[in-house]
Amino acid sequence: MSAPAPQDQLYAAREPVFPRRVKGKFRNLKWVIMLITLGIYYLAPWIRWDRGPELPDQAILVDLAHRRFFFFWIEIWPHEFYFVAGLLIMAGLGLFLFTSAMGRVWCGYTCPQTVWTDLFILVERWVEGDRNARVRLWKSKWDGRKVRLRLTKWAAWVLIALATGGAWVFYFTDAPTLAVDLVTGNAHPIAYTTMLILTATTFFFGGIAREQVCIYACPWPRIQAAMMDEDTLTIGYRDWRGEPRGKLKKAEPGVQQGDCIDCMACVNVCPMGIDIRNGQQMECITCGLCIDACDDVMAKIGKSRGLIDYLALNDEPRERAGAQPRPVWKHIFRPRTILYTALWSIVGFGLVFALFIRPDIEMTVSPIRNPTFITLSDGTIRNVYDVRLRNKHGSQELFGLALDADTNLQLSVEGVDGSLVPVPADSMEIIRVYVQAGPDSAAATADRTDFTFWVTDLSTNERASVDTIFNGKETN
Amino acid sequence: MSKHDDKKEVETTGHSWDGIEEYNNPLPRWWVWVFYATIVWGIGYTIAYPAWPGLRSATAGILGFSTRAQVQEQIDAVDAANAAMVSELENVDLATLADHPELNGFAENMGAAVFRANCVQCHGSGAAGAKGYPNLLDDDWIWGGRIEEIAFTVTNGIRNEQSMDTRGYGGVMPSFDGVLSHEEITNVASYVQLLAGEATDEAAAAEGEELFLNNCASCHGEEGQGSLATTREFEDPEYVTASDEMTGAPRLNDKVWLYGGDLATLEETILNGRGGVMPAWLEDYRPANGLTQAEVNAVAAYVHQLGGGQ
Repeated sequence: MSAPAPQDQLYAAREPVFPRRVKGKFRNLKWVIMLITLGIYYLAPWIRWDRGPELPDQAILVDLAHRRFFFFWIEIWPHEFYFVAGLLIMAGLGLFLFTSAMGRVWCGYTCPQTVWTDLFILVERWVEGDRNARVRLWKSKWDGRKVRLRLTKWAAWVLIALATGGAWVFYFTDAPTLAVDLVTGNAHPIAYTTMLILTATTFFFGGIAREQVCIYACPWPRIQAAMMDEDTLTIGYRDWRGEPRGKLKKAEPGVQQGDCIDCMACVNVCPMGIDIRNGQQMECITCGLCIDACDDVMAKIGKSRGLIDYLALNDEPRERAGAQPRPVWKHIFRPRTILYTALWSIVGFGLVFALFIRPDIEMTVSPIRNPTFITLSDGTIRNVYDVRLRNKHGSQELFGLALDADTNLQLSVEGVDGSLVPVPADSMEIIRVYVQAGPDSAAATADRTDFTFWVTDLSTNERASVDTIFNGKETN
Repeated sequence: MSKHDDKKEVETTGHSWDGIEEYNNPLPRWWVWVFYATIVWGIGYTIAYPAWPGLRSATAGILGFSTRAQVQEQIDAVDAANAAMVSELENVDLATLADHPELNGFAENMGAAVFRANCVQCHGSGAAGAKGYPNLLDDDWIWGGRIEEIAFTVTNGIRNEQSMDTRGYGGVMPSFDGVLSHEEITNVASYVQLLAGEATDEAAAAEGEELFLNNCASCHGEEGQGSLATTREFEDPEYVTASDEMTGAPRLNDKVWLYGGDLATLEETILNGRGGVMPAWLEDYRPANGLTQAEVNAVAAYVHQLGGGQ
């Protein structure tokens, strides 16, 4: 990104980035977050949860065949997909909140692209050594050693990528069964195809493309500009303290010199290959590794930490004048972040509320309006309804159908003796219901009669109702 | 913050907005190559697949790709997959169809398709019929509502010359024009309304009773019970599908009317006579566009489950 390119060329070759190893609190934080996020990703499908005899006992299961999503005790049906929409809205608002308060912390710490790239670079360092060794290897001719190191690295990458693609498919079916099937070659071709594609993309994104995904493919760097302002804590270089930079030994009494000794540590550790001292840049994912590197150097030369640091841009004049920056909490708690937090909470509370008032049985009634009514030979008027009964219990339930009594309508269910309908566990039953009004009764002669369908879950006495209309024979 | 010192060597495009200048940085190399690759791909694609429009058709493409052929393949595949069920349906004893839930479900679905293609023009998409075209949802059947009877009706049609086995061939309601006077027709119509339990001119109906017994009861029965009910009084429990007794005379002492139960329509019926015709659908009688035996059975199963089947 930093080297100039001749203007007569349409393209610029990618400059490889060889991040140097770094130690420090942000690096440690990134290790911890990597452990947690990868741990969740790889282990979540293996958590067991009793789902009855029909379904795999899996706590997190995306059951595409039956259009169900299971998350521990929560079961989402297709018509309840607003829960997923709500979670996506919360995720978006959460991103806004964190970005406006602390810049691109999502990018720097938890984005899968960052986490896997970090992991791939870790492997690369194990195999090929730290930055200087890798740069030498990059420039060296292809010989036996280089081939051996490259193959070792790629093999390790492929294993990680395979494990990544492999973990994905476990979310969609019973993980232990699928694991055995995958190994014995009995799994569905879709499982293998999915694994293959995800293995390839993981290898390419994490191993080859790396920072280019963030710079060229990801829209978030562009969006962040709207989310950040001068109060946002972002990574910056205190140039009023560092400049003019120069080698430490050149420092002589009387010569004005800043704290920056131009050691390039911040540049060498940067996984995006940028120089943070050039100011705010679109490429910066605010991962904090340059802070760790610089703080390390500052400690060695006996200067205070924080030459590169999380800072707010509107503190600059204050700090330049020698004053203390405003406290962190003042940057974080301001109307903008409070508004985001409020919106986020409203959606969250709404979802939790919706989750608790959600019934376990549901009914939809679709009147058949072709024709609107049927005259039977004794003058009885019949209306037909398609009734959908949804049973969200994990067991088969007996549903009792009834009509409210005051309209004098009779109900019968096609194919069922009486009005009790068994509905299998976690499924929907479509039944055809006939509603009849006796000859010359009020409902039979009225144009329309309002009435209510009731359904009762006989085991829990839970009830649901739907209001609908009975069409009578129009009397002229 | 410091300036972008290292970028000074990159020229600007000369564009400037509020003092912000646009650098003329080159694209990444892979990006450019992907762009070239898409062009090559696009050219190859138009060669391989149908693409360039002509006056009557487009270029065929060297792969011989055709969506019509694909659809035909899919139809053939479905037909092949259903072949076993269809042949089973062709030979099934309709009386026992309900005992085979899988075959029955298949028949109802297939029958619904057959019905939509062949029957809705007269009987309506909801099978509710129209004036002169029986409603298939109610419990009033002129030629029988058992599944075998429905299949027989579909096979042979009604008063249809293509099938000489047609029930009621010739069983057309005659015109009483000239046989009965206008006043007598009104009286008979009133009596028919009385039979059906509808409000009518009681005096005229009383006048019409004897006329009804003399002229109408031979087909419609003395109580207006229709030829089907009359036939079934004599039949054995296994019943016969086609009976000489059957004339297709509708039951009159109910609330269901084929042509209408108001006085004017009844008078019109008596004056002019009626004789609805339904084609014979079995392909034996309609070589060009008839139904196979399996399709007849399927549509009978579908009609039977509409709610009026007996």
